[in-house]
Amino acid sequence: MIAARWVWLWGMAAAAVLAVILWAALTPVAAGSRDEIFEILKGTWARRMAGDKVEILPQQIRLTLGVRDILVLINRDDVPQTFGPVLMMPGQSFRLPFGVASHYQFACTAHASGQMTVIVDATPASPWTRLRWRVGTLLRSGRWP
Amino acid sequence: MRKPPAFRYERGVSVVSRFGALLLLLSLSIGAACGAEPGGVLKAGVFEPARLAPDFTLRGSNGSDLTLSRYRGKLVLLAFGYTSCTEVCPITMAVLARARRELGAAGADLQVLYVTVDPERDSVDRMHQYLANFDPSFIGATGTEEQLAVVRKAYGIVATKMPVGDSYGVAHSSSVYIVDRDGSLRAMMPFGHSADDYVHDAKLLLKK
Repeated sequence: MIAARWVWLWGMAAAAVLAVILWAALTPVAAGSRDEIFEILKGTWARRMAGDKVEILPQQIRLTLGVRDILVLINRDDVPQTFGPVLMMPGQSFRLPFGVASHYQFACTAHASGQMTVIVDATPASPWTRLRWRVGTLLRSGRWP
Repeated sequence: MRKPPAFRYERGVSVVSRFGALLLLLSLSIGAACGAEPGGVLKAGVFEPARLAPDFTLRGSNGSDLTLSRYRGKLVLLAFGYTSCTEVCPITMAVLARARRELGAAGADLQVLYVTVDPERDSVDRMHQYLANFDPSFIGATGTEEQLAVVRKAYGIVATKMPVGDSYGVAHSSSVYIVDRDGSLRAMMPFGHSADDYVHDAKLLLKK
C-alpha cells in the first residue's frame, strides 16, 4: 500500500517535470521589453573616489536576438562616465540595438583587461535551443524566463 | 440660453486639436526615448539626450585647418584610427566609402572625418594618400600628441600603443561617431556594421 503510494507520488513528480520541460521546449520565447539595462547610480563616482570598488558593468554581457537584444546604458551620476564603449554625460543614456548574433568586443577602460564583450545569441527557435536558452538564463540570472 | 452650434464646433475642434497635439507630443517623446527617428529606428547606438559634439581644430589632410563645427549642415561620420592599422581601419574606411557611394547624390551631404591616433607616422600627406584610396572626399585630421589626446578624451576614445616586432601598433576604439546636421553627437556605430546600416541611418538623419 505504502509502496503503491510512493510509486504514484514519483509518477506525479516525473509527470510534472516532464510537463515543465515540454513547456520550456515548445513555448516560443518572448519578452515584454528587449532592453538589457545597466545604470551608473548617483554617487558612484564619489564612492569610487572614497575607495569603494564599484562594479558598474560586467566584463561579459549576454543578449539574445529577438528577446533581449538592446543594450541600454544610463548614467545617473553627476559626472561624465566612461560606460563600456561610450563616454556619457550625466543624465544621458545610450541605447544600442544588436541585429546579428555574434561576439562583440569593445574597448572599455572600466575593466582591467581593457575590453568588454557582448555575446549576442541567435533567437532560440527549435525546442532544444529554447530549452537550453531557458535553463541557461535561469542559471545565469536566477529567474525563470 | 443654448450656445450656438458654431461655438460648440469650434470648441470641439479646439479640444480635438489639443488632444491631437498631446498625442503627437507623446508619440514624439516615446520615439525620442526609443532612439527612433521619424520614419524608423537607427541601427547605431543612440545617445539620449544628444549633446553638442565636442568641437576641435586640427590639421586637415586637405591642407587646411579642420574644425568640426564648420561641417554643420552635413552629416559627419567621425572615425578614429591610423593609416598603419591592418585590422580595423581599412575595413571601416571601405565600408564608409561604399555607404557614401550607395547614397548617390545624398552622399554629398555626408562627410567622413578620420582623426589619427598615431601622429608620429600619420603626416598630412600620408593621410591624404591613404584616404584617397577609399574616397577622395574623406578628410583626415592630425595634430600634436597633446591636441589629439584632448580630442580623444572628449569622445572617450581609447588608444594604446603596443609593440609589434620592431615597430608598434595602436589598439584603439573602433566605433564611428555620427554627428548630425545640427552638430549634435547623435549616435555611435560599433565596428562590424555593414554599409547598408550606415546608408539606412544616414537616410534617416539626412531627412531632417
